[in-house]
Amino acid sequence: MRRAQAYMIKMRPQDILMPVAAGLCCKPGGFHIDPVRPVERAVITHGHSDHARPGHGAVLATRETLDVMRLRYGDDFARSTQAIAYGEEIRLGGVTVEFHPAGHVLGSAQIAVSCGGTRVVASGDYKDARDPTCAPFEVVPCDVFITEATFGLPVFRHGDAADEVKKLLASVALFPERAHLVGAYSLGKAQRVIALLRQAGYDAPVYLHGAMEKITRYYQSRGVALGELRPVKGMKKADLAGTIAIAPPTATSDIWTRRFPDPVTAFASGWMRVRARGRQRGVELPLVISDHADWDGLTRTIEATGAGEIWVTHGQEDALVHWCTTRGLAARPLDLIGYGDEDEGETSPGPEEADE
Amino acid sequence: MNRFAALLDRLAYEPGRNNKLRLLTSYFREVGDPDRGYALAALTGALSFKHAKPGLIRDLIAERTDPVLFALSYDYVGDLSETVALMWPSPQHAQSSPLPTRSGGEGGERTAAGHNNPMPDHNNPPPPTLAEVVTTLRTLGKSELPKQLSRWLDELDETGRWALLKLVTGAMRIGISARLAKTAAAEFGKKDPHDIELMWPGLTPPYLDLFAWLEGRGEQPVNLDPAPFRPVMLAHAIENTDFAGLDAADYIAEWKWDGIRVQAVGGRDAHGHILARLYSRSGEDITKSFPDLLPSLHFQDSLDSKLDDSRKPLHTFRHQASFAIDGELLVVRNGRVQSFNVLQQRLNRKVVSPKLTKDYPIHLRAYDLLGDGDADLRTLPFAERRARLESFVARLDDPRIDLSPTIPFDSWEALTLARRDPKSAGAGEDADAVEGVMLKRRDALYLPGRPKGQWWKWKRDPHVIDAVLMYAQHGHGKRSSYYSDYTFGVWISTENGDELVPVGKAYFGFTDEELMQIDRFVRRNTTEKFGPVRHVVHEPEQGLVLEVAFEGLQRSTRHKSGVAMRFPRINRLRWDKPPREADRLETLERMLKGIAISGAADAGPQ
Repeated sequence: MRRAQAYMIKMRPQDILMPVAAGLCCKPGGFHIDPVRPVERAVITHGHSDHARPGHGAVLATRETLDVMRLRYGDDFARSTQAIAYGEEIRLGGVTVEFHPAGHVLGSAQIAVSCGGTRVVASGDYKDARDPTCAPFEVVPCDVFITEATFGLPVFRHGDAADEVKKLLASVALFPERAHLVGAYSLGKAQRVIALLRQAGYDAPVYLHGAMEKITRYYQSRGVALGELRPVKGMKKADLAGTIAIAPPTATSDIWTRRFPDPVTAFASGWMRVRARGRQRGVELPLVISDHADWDGLTRTIEATGAGEIWVTHGQEDALVHWCTTRGLAARPLDLIGYGDEDEGETSPGPEEADE
Repeated sequence: MNRFAALLDRLAYEPGRNNKLRLLTSYFREVGDPDRGYALAALTGALSFKHAKPGLIRDLIAERTDPVLFALSYDYVGDLSETVALMWPSPQHAQSSPLPTRSGGEGGERTAAGHNNPMPDHNNPPPPTLAEVVTTLRTLGKSELPKQLSRWLDELDETGRWALLKLVTGAMRIGISARLAKTAAAEFGKKDPHDIELMWPGLTPPYLDLFAWLEGRGEQPVNLDPAPFRPVMLAHAIENTDFAGLDAADYIAEWKWDGIRVQAVGGRDAHGHILARLYSRSGEDITKSFPDLLPSLHFQDSLDSKLDDSRKPLHTFRHQASFAIDGELLVVRNGRVQSFNVLQQRLNRKVVSPKLTKDYPIHLRAYDLLGDGDADLRTLPFAERRARLESFVARLDDPRIDLSPTIPFDSWEALTLARRDPKSAGAGEDADAVEGVMLKRRDALYLPGRPKGQWWKWKRDPHVIDAVLMYAQHGHGKRSSYYSDYTFGVWISTENGDELVPVGKAYFGFTDEELMQIDRFVRRNTTEKFGPVRHVVHEPEQGLVLEVAFEGLQRSTRHKSGVAMRFPRINRLRWDKPPREADRLETLERMLKGIAISGAADAGPQ
């Protein structure tokens, strides 16, 4: 799979992409990937706020990512935008850029940057698990694979999300007089939980916290089937007995919950795999549902790309870098600052605890 | 086993008692015999097998994982069983499926297959049942344990492995008591929990006869235990307004001793062997913790019994038949009853050393006689039982067992005076260990639970200080949206002037309305957040003063302030008081000395 060896002149990967203060910089292409501060030209992997920030000059991203940015930041979030489809190839300066599904959230992409026979893939955030709300992850063969490491420890094995939803429904059946309040990040996780509920045959209305409505309606407009959704606002307490409501994680331990009858606090997150995390947050029903690859997903993907060199960004870099070296792969942490705290304002779970 | 693990998992997160009961009853309904019986045994601590040592678990994981990855993971998770449960490389992880590539397209389905739970086929044996685990562990030789354990770990899922490891290492701490598990069994069969408590000592796992009865398929099991526990009668706290409706002549008063309520029971089994047991008030057998009291509970069998040199010869104990005494465990040194702080040295000890029993000699102060020979006295009025008790204790003539004295009074005014000054009202030097007054109706039968209007407890006024709210944390369950756990402090002088030092934590005592007020105050006056903890403003002129009530004080090396409170609770909110006027640590120090020297002196705010 060492494609590059077929070429006589080979670009060094660090000449194609290198970490700078603003993010991953592509000098020959004249752009940054997921820049954390305003830049002239930005190429963006997905709509989470730590990756997609407002204030850039030109933005290249999938249509869904651009739409999400527009919903969050308003129409003038960038000077100009260009939409790109999965599989489409674009020439930027001296490099070629291709987008491929990352399976993380609706519109999320891995960005393959090729130049002089060397291909580097910046995968952003990704998961290889099934998700009915977005295009499935694709492996992109490459020379250098840049991977996240949010769940980069072998204790993170996320199991089948459908089983977690079964657990939620069993609890709803056991406590019909209580409301079930599921903390879930508003872009991606919330919609995935709803879609999983529908797949499990749950067809009652699902109630939404106000902060979830815009993005969720957008998912529906893109053809993601989520069934009947209702705002929590305006509901009488007694009428919320036996219902499931989805809310941003911080809202599940806040004054807002007092409108529910004896709520069961659930939290859908990969962090729920570790009990101390659940207890810390006062969660009563942890649901291990993650939009990031788990340990097996990370290692499986790294092997599948055939890359000989792995760059590890945000998360538990140490363990993943160690694993790579035991497999004879060159690996190094990238030390990019500013990622992994996506949706921070929505969740304030502490910098190392961010999720999708 | 996976179903039991799911139950444990859910119980570990659930704060509400009623919800825990619901989870348990639904488990008993869904799961058949014998698994549910073994589950009940596990939850009540009734399983006995040799526990695996953590070292064995470490060895197992070391054979299977990279040491660096294990170290990083253990460091992150912080719990050995949990780390091993999560990172155990079970067979289904090994079957790694090739990932889809760009040309492959249909990725989703295939990748999900790698995550699926093991299907029970010939390659993947079904996970063990709880019964299988428990019965195997009972008979398994030590050398076979590692192999058996790793086989099970291969077969179980993450939660199953966690529960298995907790079970085999004997470290099941999931926040439910034996009493709650039995109550759930009772609720499952719509029976009285007291009945289960009564028959419990005669039952053995997996309790087939119990569940048959609970499901209406069998007879009520009878407790053949010759020294059974009898459900305890408890008192209501009396309010000042209650006295108007009560006639002093109807009541007998005695001191409320600040020790441990116990039931001491003696009996003879089918083979004629003599048995003596000490039960806690919830029915737990605590005999082993108090071996020094045991000789006093063994009624006379032969004259050549071993003597304890500090005690009278045993042949003075002339009792020949079964008995059941309701009383209080106290430490008595040089004829003086010691405070609860002293008694605490005897509690929660793994090993009861001769030094411990010598330095903290245990003593039983008798309140009531529930059984005498074959007679069940519980159906007699208290006054009659008391008369039987007095003659029983007199016949016993044992220095380790004495009678709880009554307090003579003819009016509530007289009793009020006695309660205010137990020392001169009869308690004398023992006043240290008095925590109030008990009132018992002369005609009260011995009824399990807390029957209305029969027994009253009238506790001594608590100690009170004014402290400043320093930190707040979210509560649990119904209170998870409120800041309801408060750390409070008092002033100390330092080189930098006066500073607040935390002296305790309280999460009850306030009304719902007060909780709302404090919650609002916390939200508006947070200065910093550390994870779940909010720092609340606490300056001399700015902050919230809490009147904190507590039952006792103790020296503590674990607290920065050097003191620890017993049962601290929020008594009142002092919105009117600026923090600078709150109490100082010196006040607590003085109280500590005062309590130790003069005993029950009321230490109100000075």
